[in-house]
Amino acid sequence: MSASIVYAILVTSLATFLSRFLGAITSEGIKETSKLFKWFNCLAYATLAALIARTIIFPAGVLVDASYSSRFIVVLSSLVIFFISKKNFVYPTIFSAICMAILNNYI
Amino acid sequence: MINKNFFFKGYRSIFTHDSPAIALTCCFIAIGALFKNLGFNIQESIFSTVLTYALPGSLVMAESMLIGASLLNIFLAVWIVNARLYPMAVSLFPLMMHKSQSKWKYYFSCHFIAISAWLIMKSNYKKIPKKHRIDYWIGIGSATVSVSVIGTFIGFSFSEYLNKDMMLGLAILNPVYFLCMMIGASKTIPVTLSVLFGTILGPIIYLLSPEWSILLAGIIGGTIAYLAGEYNVS
Repeated sequence: MSASIVYAILVTSLATFLSRFLGAITSEGIKETSKLFKWFNCLAYATLAALIARTIIFPAGVLVDASYSSRFIVVLSSLVIFFISKKNFVYPTIFSAICMAILNNYI
Repeated sequence: MINKNFFFKGYRSIFTHDSPAIALTCCFIAIGALFKNLGFNIQESIFSTVLTYALPGSLVMAESMLIGASLLNIFLAVWIVNARLYPMAVSLFPLMMHKSQSKWKYYFSCHFIAISAWLIMKSNYKKIPKKHRIDYWIGIGSATVSVSVIGTFIGFSFSEYLNKDMMLGLAILNPVYFLCMMIGASKTIPVTLSVLFGTILGPIIYLLSPEWSILLAGIIGGTIAYLAGEYNVS
């Protein structure tokens, strides 16, 4: 293995584990019925929603090559399928991949 | 010791009809292909998936390596992107804490905190006795890491067969799946508002501060949602 890649992986995993571990330590004194817990629950959901929205609107990686309109069409139509299929997770997920692969050639 | 019944119950949660297995595998296929293009070998790719086990962090590492960033820069960039794991841990571990369980289980299993495992646990924890939730959680985490490793392996091995359209399809699948999961989890006013505010504020704050947008959107949106929930109760 190349040393620079291994160091990059180790540094990345350390930076990632730090947040997880600090969270596990901090949560020892928090009761699940407390207001602090409820607040953190809201923070977690809002943070995840922000991450997902950012991934779709301001993506990194290969999604940059897809146009805004194709991303919006795929996400909105997948959500329609999600609700039509009575909140099934698999149909909209598979649909989104196929739809994006096709749409990218036209939009 | 880990209770095998609850461990395997957690492990099997990846095989249910609404499991994140497909989305997770596809995302790590894309990551595996990306690692190969970056010059990683198969050992390094799997080593990275197992040790990091967080997609945004892996993407940031890959981008940082492409521009030749220093190790300190990589550490800070990944730490900022993955700081979301802190509130996720704090909002999950109190649900699993039990006096009879040893602390090493909690410290070890915090590595499994990622969107997929976190959402599965949040949806199912009430069905599991509190004493055994940590074993169930370790089962979920082991299953999602296994799927990630398989995805990385497939992506690395077949990267030359993945054209641009296929990579785009794989890349959009992950946010769509998690968006659906988040909407599905929005069953109370505070959670629904948190998801709504986070979705709106994330991209807006990104225009002002790309690095801190996720954290700031989470703190502002989550706090407003929490206060609205408390106001509604009172």
